Amino acid sequence: MKLTGAQALIKSLEMEGVEVMFGLPGGAILPVYDPIIDSPIRHILVRHEQGAGHMAEGYAHVTGRPGVAMVTSGPAATNIVTPLCDAYMDSVPMVCITGQVASTAIGTDAFQECDTTGITMSVTKHNWLVTDAADIPLVVREAFHLASSGRPGPVLVDVPKDISNQMMDWYWPTDADVEADLPGYRPTTRGNGRMIREAARLISSAERPVIYAGGGILKARAAEALLELVELTGVPVVTTLMARGAFPDSHELCLGMPGMHGNYTAVTSMQKSDLLITLGARFDDRVTGKVAAFAPEAKIVHVDIDPAELGKVRRPDVPIVGDCRLVIEELIKAVRALHQDESFEPADRARWIAQIREWQARYPLTYQRDPDDGSLKPQFVVETLRDNTPDDTIVVSGVGQHQMWTSQYWRFDHPYTWVNSGGLGTMGFAVPAAVGAKVGRPDRMVWAVDGDGCFQMTAQELVTASAERIPVKVAILNNAYLGMVRQWQELFYEERYSEVYLSPDLPDYVKWAEAMGCVGLRVESPEEVLPAIDKANQIDDRPVVIDFRTDSREKVYPMVAAGTSNDDIILGPSQGEGGR
Amino acid sequence: MTPPGTSSRHHILSVLVENKAGVLARVAGLFARRGFNIYSLAVAPTDDDRFSRLTIVVDVESAPLEQITKQLFKLINVVKISELDPARATEMELLLMTVRSEPGVRSQIMELVGIFEGRIVDVSPDALTLVVTGPPGKVDDFEELMRPYGIVELQRTGRVALPKLDRQAPRLRSVTGKVV
Ligand SMILES: Cc1ncc(C[n+]2csc(CCOP(=O)(O)OP(=O)(O)O)c2C)c(N)n1
Ligand SMILES: [Mg+2]
Repeated sequence: MKLTGAQALIKSLEMEGVEVMFGLPGGAILPVYDPIIDSPIRHILVRHEQGAGHMAEGYAHVTGRPGVAMVTSGPAATNIVTPLCDAYMDSVPMVCITGQVASTAIGTDAFQECDTTGITMSVTKHNWLVTDAADIPLVVREAFHLASSGRPGPVLVDVPKDISNQMMDWYWPTDADVEADLPGYRPTTRGNGRMIREAARLISSAERPVIYAGGGILKARAAEALLELVELTGVPVVTTLMARGAFPDSHELCLGMPGMHGNYTAVTSMQKSDLLITLGARFDDRVTGKVAAFAPEAKIVHVDIDPAELGKVRRPDVPIVGDCRLVIEELIKAVRALHQDESFEPADRARWIAQIREWQARYPLTYQRDPDDGSLKPQFVVETLRDNTPDDTIVVSGVGQHQMWTSQYWRFDHPYTWVNSGGLGTMGFAVPAAVGAKVGRPDRMVWAVDGDGCFQMTAQELVTASAERIPVKVAILNNAYLGMVRQWQELFYEERYSEVYLSPDLPDYVKWAEAMGCVGLRVESPEEVLPAIDKANQIDDRPVVIDFRTDSREKVYPMVAAGTSNDDIILGPSQGEGGR
Repeated sequence: MTPPGTSSRHHILSVLVENKAGVLARVAGLFARRGFNIYSLAVAPTDDDRFSRLTIVVDVESAPLEQITKQLFKLINVVKISELDPARATEMELLLMTVRSEPGVRSQIMELVGIFEGRIVDVSPDALTLVVTGPPGKVDDFEELMRPYGIVELQRTGRVALPKLDRQAPRLRSVTGKVV
């Protein structure tokens, strides 16, 4: 069968099981847009290519399958660099297809030419510039294989226009073809047995162990295995920003989020632990604080599919390269085997658990629930939303204070219900990622909790959502500020506020929402919160935006100031004993 | 200054890569992005035309060798990485140099070239172009000896290396990113 490169590309996507792609056409990708008309693949036309990238990410986060984005050359390719970098930092599987000027014009500064593979080399797991239409099926298969195996991540396929028009003989490569063409790619998935037994021994004998669960648990679909490990060992768990939902918050051994804005117990239990069982986490600076002072007494078991993570920041005592799910399953067997050994004496953890309970009782997350001035607290909005939505609701956030409050105050009891930009911290992530998540899980309610600053960066994708009938809901925690930056200026720059004020009513978010085909609601006082949420929950034929006018002065606590030790955690005025 | 050939800061990585467009850019980009320093780099085809071999001398003061090799190995086109222990490797480098040679000193220069088993490959009334090959330390020595005469231009290839043959198995330590 003879096909054009463009037809082969779309057919290859179909063969890969792609059901939806996000994109926007243009000159260099024109040939590829033609066969889309006849393809069963749903194409969602975005309003900005950054939106396509974040939608693909949102889709991938909730389905576990690579999200697909397709855009043209030049400015479109550069517009999608941010989502690629975002996906790279958070190990999100994504396949990005870009048009390129004709191969004969490459290097001539042709119209809308840019060095897409050069620009994206450091923000993709791999990329290709296709030079022969006959390579397309193989490259597409490799693209999906690389995006979704090993440590997942974004890949990019750059297709010159003449290659899209070139005829080729259709074929579909086998697994063996893919493997033979990737001689340097063999991710290690099974952990080393000796190391796993050593880890089991440490786990069973540690007196103050903590499981440090990262996003790798979700990537490896290891949430069930983790639950089993915890039930078996009784070791408490912290879930990083990328791992919220990987272990149920309602479980008595869940300590919640550690890190710069983690709760006191999660932060301090890691600091005081004698063993950190690190599963698919990477000792990010937002978790460790000052590395030299991080968990000084802890031995480290570190499980990661990416060998380069082991020893990158903190030297592990027991390094295990492998897939988190497979390793945890082996770990469970090894712990069971130990327990059966007659000479085995389990460590006494009663003191440790009691200590943890004391911290939890003394330093819970709190905020001023009944402010005298009747102001609307953002945490109250998050709690009310949490308590009035189905517990498998997918929550997507932007980046800033609202993100931290959502991560802190939501109760995540299911994996893949929390979608956010952790590593890159990309403002503008929430709206398009929520659209992508809703496309991936149309059966679920999807709420974006966004900041007013973030919302203004990518709100136009609500036009996409309206046009495509993707009924996402957006709660803007409108504090009229670039709140997180304001917080740093308040605390570390003597309240010298520089370029952080946005205004509560410019733009008018309700009118803007309505102009984009959404329902727009405004909430100014605590009493209005629940009725507005109830109303939004009932709307299922279009997107809804609620403009919550929240208290600008509110800050995120606890806080470990950048570069300081986790021992110096700062509590808020309403927390614990009046703060430290 | 210790000659780079013997410095413990410098490790030799022999990296087998797929012979595909852009591979060198990926390696160079990785080093730049991660803040690893390359001391020297040589690229050459291998006996199998699907692969090329990079001989990279890295500065392990810029980052631990383990991080460098692990990050390198994450590049999809990198097939195999071997670390060559400088003490157990045969290293070679080529130096091409044009040096001023007024008639009065020409014979001195020719004598030194002879001692270093080099060759004179081009001659003009007041300059010579010479080639010297050998272990990097020897090439360094030659360069130092020539300096007083006035080096006009100089080009070194960066080193290539293979494990030394001795009575034991070759010390080609595989560091292909597997930790355990
Ligand atoms: C694209 C981008 N630009 C700048 C920043 C720096 N930054 C981090 S949080 C933040 C403020 C976000 O404001 P808003 O969306 O209103 O959220 P809030 O903190 O007020 O909840 C800024 C500017 C960023 N993370 N991303
Ligand atoms: Mg704000």
